[in-house]
Amino acid sequence: MTQTVAAKTPGRRAEPGPGKGAKRRSGSARKRLSDPLLGLLGVVAFLAVWELLPRLGLAPQKYLPPASEVLAALVRDFGLADFWKAVGETMAAWAIGLAVAVVLATVLGLVIGMSQFLRRATYSTVEFLRPIPSVALIPLAVLLFGVKMESTLMLVIYACFWQVLIQVLYGVADVDNVAMNTARSYGFSTAQRVRDVVFPTMLPYLMTGIRLAASVALILAITAELVIGSPGLGHEISLAQSGGAISGMYALILATGLLGVAINLATRKVEKRVLSWHPSVRGEVAA
Amino acid sequence: MRILKNTLYLVGLPILLLALWALATSGAPNFFVPTPATLATTFGEVWFDADRLLDDVLPSLGRLAAGVLAAIVLGVVLGLLVGMNRTLRALTEPVFEFFRALPPPVLVPVLMLLVGTNDAMKVAVIVSGCVWPVLLNTIEGVRSIDPVQNETSRSYGIHGLPRIRYQVLPSAAPTIMAGVRQCLSIGLILMVISEMFAASSGLGFTIVQFQRSFAIPEMWSGIVMLGLIGVALSFIFQSAERRVLRWYHGLKEVENAA
Repeated sequence: MTQTVAAKTPGRRAEPGPGKGAKRRSGSARKRLSDPLLGLLGVVAFLAVWELLPRLGLAPQKYLPPASEVLAALVRDFGLADFWKAVGETMAAWAIGLAVAVVLATVLGLVIGMSQFLRRATYSTVEFLRPIPSVALIPLAVLLFGVKMESTLMLVIYACFWQVLIQVLYGVADVDNVAMNTARSYGFSTAQRVRDVVFPTMLPYLMTGIRLAASVALILAITAELVIGSPGLGHEISLAQSGGAISGMYALILATGLLGVAINLATRKVEKRVLSWHPSVRGEVAA
Repeated sequence: MRILKNTLYLVGLPILLLALWALATSGAPNFFVPTPATLATTFGEVWFDADRLLDDVLPSLGRLAAGVLAAIVLGVVLGLLVGMNRTLRALTEPVFEFFRALPPPVLVPVLMLLVGTNDAMKVAVIVSGCVWPVLLNTIEGVRSIDPVQNETSRSYGIHGLPRIRYQVLPSAAPTIMAGVRQCLSIGLILMVISEMFAASSGLGFTIVQFQRSFAIPEMWSGIVMLGLIGVALSFIFQSAERRVLRWYHGLKEVENAA
């Protein structure tokens, strides 16, 4: 049920500024720093604490190198071809896995969602298979594919497929009966009905599903590389750890976090653009 | 008649799939995929074993429960603190967004270094991965409370704990519950991963052990076990959510009907 809640408010997290009440209050109060500046301050404070903890001996420097060392290692990584190769491998698994999952889930979701019979007949199976954690498939992936990208893909596709499928099913179920009947009485063919009635209704849900799946895909890609040892950033992290290159390991972890942030920002932007016609996004711009 | 039809809908496809599976594996024996009958007997032998239950399954589940509960409490308390203060919110947002975007399993090697390879590490891994969805959803839930509601509490002189208990928490509850749902599935993933890395017991360890020794039916039974835990968790969550958010779903129904 909560997924419908999340789905009905696409892009709500990107809402600019606080509620009206807070704004009015701060207007009359003393002058304050702007939000981006405060955010920057927060990042600086975080880095300062990280720098000081090992320097003051509050955390073992051997295991938690100061922020400056890690950042230097990260900058060094940016100049290495191997680093970019690992990023490329991770992102390739991410992109291929996500694309396959989205296409499969959208097509299957449309077919299942538009038929009352199929929806009822598949309900129990979907509800049973969906919560199975994809990491349970790790041993199977290792057996079938070994330490190759295919293992990563298998986990990514499995995890993302359900995220998107559920959203598409919710979206198709949300189609307005009157609109559907109107289209039918105007003699729309099935293809036309899918394109002009079902698809636009489903699109916000699909975008929510893709946004969730994009971050899940990164988690699973990195996990598979970390645990199975298929090529990519995750594998580099475990290599750095077993090789004792601790600041290198922290730098790679920072890099995966930055990748995650980039993916989140990009999917939010795409969602906003694709749904620019949708009332939920239009209303936000007007406000 | 109707009950019969409903049960047919519920079990029809699973039975069909099981039959297909049995048919596909009944001919030439496949090394990688056991027959359903083999899997069922292996599952019984492997998991209905007192030692295994006490040494592997229950400790794993205990760590999962401890980690998830700690993450929920921590996330909600911190989320309320940060969400109700605008400056704090702006100050922490980029850092929190970074941690939310960080794939949680990369914290396993870090915590292995900092905490060591023991039970505390495994719980710490679960907490450090699960706390972000709850924390960020709580902040978001508190932030998007209707300002009229906030002003009403203020003009009626409702402050402090009663305000949190009766106004802030209930209004933010639907968003918080969405975070808790994410937190549960991440927790299960992290429980398995932390045991695959460095452990001598636990569910994740056992399953990897089966795979390394090519005990294929046993490995499959482990996958089924994890699947069943996942299904059970989602079932528990759904009934808990229905209870906590009963008023909310009722409200939605009324709104949708109107």
